[in-house]
Amino acid sequence: MSEQTETALGLTESRSAGGRILRNVVHLLVLIVFAGPLLALLVSAFGHVKDPTQLSVIPSGVTLDNFRVAFDQGVLRYLLNSFFVVGGGLLLQVAVSVLAGYALARKVFPGMTLVLVAVLATLMLPEEILALPLSLILSDLPVVHFNLIGTLAGMIVPLGAWGFSILVMTEFMKDVPRELEEAARIDGAGDLRIFAQIILPMCKPALGVIGVFGFTMIWDQYLLPLLVSTDSSSYTLPLALRTLRIDPAVTPGVVMAASLLALLPSVIVFLFFQRSFVSGLSSGALKG
Amino acid sequence: MSLDQAGPAAPAAAGPAPRKPGRQSGGAAGRPGRSRRSGRWWTPWLFLAPALILFLYFKFIPMANALTMSFQEVQPYLGNKWVGTDNYATVLQSHGFREAAWHTLVLAAGQTAGSMALGLALALLMEGQSRRLKFVRSAAFLPVVVPLAVVAELWRIMYHPTGDGMLNSLLGMVGMGPSGFMNDPDTSMASIMVTGIWRGAPYDMMIILAGLTSVDRGLYEAAKVDGASRWQRVWHVAVPGLRSVFSILFILAAIRGLRVFTEVFLLTNGGPDGSTEVVMTLIYKLGLEQNRLGVGAAGAVLLFVATLILTVVVQLLRRRESK
Repeated sequence: MSEQTETALGLTESRSAGGRILRNVVHLLVLIVFAGPLLALLVSAFGHVKDPTQLSVIPSGVTLDNFRVAFDQGVLRYLLNSFFVVGGGLLLQVAVSVLAGYALARKVFPGMTLVLVAVLATLMLPEEILALPLSLILSDLPVVHFNLIGTLAGMIVPLGAWGFSILVMTEFMKDVPRELEEAARIDGAGDLRIFAQIILPMCKPALGVIGVFGFTMIWDQYLLPLLVSTDSSSYTLPLALRTLRIDPAVTPGVVMAASLLALLPSVIVFLFFQRSFVSGLSSGALKG
Repeated sequence: MSLDQAGPAAPAAAGPAPRKPGRQSGGAAGRPGRSRRSGRWWTPWLFLAPALILFLYFKFIPMANALTMSFQEVQPYLGNKWVGTDNYATVLQSHGFREAAWHTLVLAAGQTAGSMALGLALALLMEGQSRRLKFVRSAAFLPVVVPLAVVAELWRIMYHPTGDGMLNSLLGMVGMGPSGFMNDPDTSMASIMVTGIWRGAPYDMMIILAGLTSVDRGLYEAAKVDGASRWQRVWHVAVPGLRSVFSILFILAAIRGLRVFTEVFLLTNGGPDGSTEVVMTLIYKLGLEQNRLGVGAAGAVLLFVATLILTVVVQLLRRRESK
């Protein structure tokens, strides 16, 4: 990649003093604007913030008081709820996506186009617009008559099928060579075996992509948990932030401590999987 | 662990378009005989069943219900009453809904334009391969992965309306008076917009950066030799090469903007004085707080139709342009 030195502005390779200063100023500004607020969050979470209005980037000593108060307010329970929802949701989502991807990528059957159109259509249906009827359905699932309101399962099951990860899996599974599958078939392997022992092991990179995106998507859910939860015992951490803030006894430092716990998992996942995250992001968006 | 090594999905090397036909003919379509031999007719449906059942329950039935509810007066336990297009008339004639629709449009337009403009500027300024650039870009990207609920709580505190609030003390340093931000009907909408741009611009930056890698570097050289200035190189070489990236970003951002809910719900919940009420917060209030589910559903259907029209129009424009 090192031959790609020429850029539109030519700013990065400008060697003049003016260019260097401009470059430093730009980088500093970008850091202040985009990372600064998060630094303020970090500092306030660990700082002695008694004043209810202050948020500062200058550390005023390090303390765990905010976290202590947050845990007294039940933040551990909300965090566990969140982990449970993201764990269950991700398992379900990955399982559903690889199964559907296998059928769509490796089989030809009547009605396949219709299924593909249906999957694409779900991507055009914003969840927000379905919020009202969804909340009714969750309180009484058609045919089976389960009530999922007030349960963590109600926050998990609707996320089980996600068109984006099904399409990613489908595209990826199409590229596994036919010859491998044929050899296994001649040896007498059935579909389930071919799926589990040949196709799936070759899709690890795609599993990484749908895992990272699925995690971020589920962790960021707000409306669905809001519709499903009836009382604070089933709140996820993002929902609980609002209840914390409304409590007059709670200082911004405590809200920031809880916020830090709520954002840490997605930041860690992003930093670890940065490469598959960014490449998946751009290939997904550029394919449209 | 990356798409670049493992599959042809890598965006940088080849454009996305030319791959499609080759892959489809190389796949199953070319040899239907083999897959017919490999298993019974219902095997694919078995693999698809979990996805289809979940989609049916949580996407298609709700969508059908939204449509029917929008023509009904929904009364839990009493049975629904068919009211024809009354709900739509109620929605379209209501002052509150028209206000909310206007706010939604303003917010969507402002956030889309702001994020794309800032994203382009950032991408152009930070295009390159050095280690430091990669670090700065990663740091700038962080807002995108921060959960929306956290973004809202963070900005809520930064927007504290008195003089010692974080942003107000910054304004104070440059001699500007304390702003009410979200508490002031005059600035509440702009405050939400700025928060949205803060979270949206780095995302657009990453996509634009990926798009810039497909611009032929030789063209920059050629333009330079021909005596083009920096801005001419941006305007006549980079920007035309990014056209398809822009239109996709535009669709994504506009749809995101039309269905905006969480930020507004958490930052202002429509206030003060309804100055930031958007369609989704209004639907939420109608449906879940006032139990007027039919009217809420009619609003949701209208919002869906708007989203659909927008997508189709932009796609048609793109197709015409590429011809």
